[in-house]
Amino acid sequence: MAARPGPLGHRGFLAGLALVVLLAGAVLLAPLLAPHDPLAVASGAGPTLERPSTAHPLGTDALGRDLLSRVLWAGRVSLAVGLGVELVAVLIGCVIGVLAGYYGGAVDAVLMRATDVVMAFPSLVLAIGLIAVFERPGLDKVVIVLVALGWTTIARVARGTVLALKTREFVQAAHALGAGHVTIMVRHLLPNAVAPLLVAATIGVGSNIVAEAGLSFLGLGAQSPTISWGAMLADGQTFLATAPWVAVFPGLALLLAVLGVNLLGDGLRDLLDPRFRE
Amino acid sequence: MLVDLGRPVLGRLVALVPVLFGITLLVFLLNAVALGDPARAAMGQRADPEALERLRRDYALDRPLPVQYALWVGRLARGDLGESFREQRPVAEVIAERVPATMRLALAATVISIVAGMAIGALAAVRPGSPLDHGLMTLAVLGISTPVFWLGLMLSLVFAVTLDWLPVSGYGEGDWAHLALPAFTLGALHTGTVARMTRSSLLEVVRQDYIATARAKGLPEWLVLIKHAFRNALIPVVTVVGIGLADLLVGAPLTETVFAWPGLGRLLVSAVGQRDLPVVMGAVLVFALVYVIGNLIVDLAYLVIDPRLRHERAS
Repeated sequence: MAARPGPLGHRGFLAGLALVVLLAGAVLLAPLLAPHDPLAVASGAGPTLERPSTAHPLGTDALGRDLLSRVLWAGRVSLAVGLGVELVAVLIGCVIGVLAGYYGGAVDAVLMRATDVVMAFPSLVLAIGLIAVFERPGLDKVVIVLVALGWTTIARVARGTVLALKTREFVQAAHALGAGHVTIMVRHLLPNAVAPLLVAATIGVGSNIVAEAGLSFLGLGAQSPTISWGAMLADGQTFLATAPWVAVFPGLALLLAVLGVNLLGDGLRDLLDPRFRE
Repeated sequence: MLVDLGRPVLGRLVALVPVLFGITLLVFLLNAVALGDPARAAMGQRADPEALERLRRDYALDRPLPVQYALWVGRLARGDLGESFREQRPVAEVIAERVPATMRLALAATVISIVAGMAIGALAAVRPGSPLDHGLMTLAVLGISTPVFWLGLMLSLVFAVTLDWLPVSGYGEGDWAHLALPAFTLGALHTGTVARMTRSSLLEVVRQDYIATARAKGLPEWLVLIKHAFRNALIPVVTVVGIGLADLLVGAPLTETVFAWPGLGRLLVSAVGQRDLPVVMGAVLVFALVYVIGNLIVDLAYLVIDPRLRHERAS
């Protein structure tokens, strides 16, 4: 679909990259950019639920807290959860996938059946079930749960690549030269999986961000004073009729973040996967 | 033809056994970990001693884990999901009451996503690369990227709060007005996927020789698309309906919460809040079973539509 070959000719990829860089930048610079303390409540009987104004560009919430500052700070939570969870999930998924693909047989059967079982649940539903195991919800539990669910796709991708390559000459040559199993897996097989893994991981970051927001919206994730777009939206629903801006802006930020990551993921797939090249 | 189908169908049913074992084992273990010592503080505060005693008996908590699991599966097979802590009645009963509302919502969302998605996809495929195509595909990506609960809030803000055309939330008397916003919300995510898949699968089919033949006969482009291309583009669409099931089941707890829709998803969420573990685990199990069985049906539909598959994976 690219007008020209290469990343510079891919409109979706460029748009996604721009969105992600812009949002990540704004969020990382939150301490500098945020006009107010995101936790500062209106003093005494001060005004709350103010409409957007010059003092508060996105308005204020029910406690008189500045929404722009909160949206920016909450983005740090989304970014950290999205990336952090995915990093750990990629690590676990790679170990499981490479082991399964390399050794085959019983190891493969057991590991892949385990993957099938985790994937046999609608993801958010299993996440909710896992959260229920803990006595009280919180962002730390969301991270644990998302890691526990996130490795499966990665494992399948890594296993597929290893399966396809393990009988090729360069692997046999490495064997003949005396390379150990670990060396072959890490140095010779895994690097070949980088492109598909990058695509899967990018899409994974997007899913993590949506899942965290969803769980926090349901009251099963971040708890006050931790700021999360999902939790802000739950507040926003309460004041939808009187102060719609409380619900509009955190959601818009979430939409842009997910859109950016999705465009980036789609673009990477187009650019890296030869099957999608025209 | 039916003889042909016997072996692959059997193969898929057999493949289901380890998955079902895994699902029940996982839910059982979650339950065991969550309950731990049932007299644990978190539960002790909310459940009365009698309920705890019943729990110990129901789950045979003094027996070894494998025995507990076997007993639990045995009761599961008889439709016994235990008793709700909160409502003091069978979980199966609590869940059964919620299923019709979720099914109604899911069905409406599916119809919306398929009709709208296929129409958008086909329209975009008529002139690939045109502004219309770009516009519609941008819309599709937006649909896929919009978090379902925020979309729900925004639709509710526009159509219920501001315009006052539709009710904000609730089930009402089971009327269409109450169904409209939740169904559009839940359907939107999947509409984008269907649209993209319909478009790319139509464009794929359009390159085939028999389409060139149809064009050479001088048929107008829209007739070529509808008469010749669409039918063959249906196979990937079945895949998409399968993916849609996942979207529906993931979106249900969120959509139902936004619109206070009395379905299974909202039951699950509120049960977590109330730490009503038997209801949580029962609902998780029902969601998983619906998902697995739905995927099985999609798989079997393939076998019927595409005869090539009957041999490929028969081994």
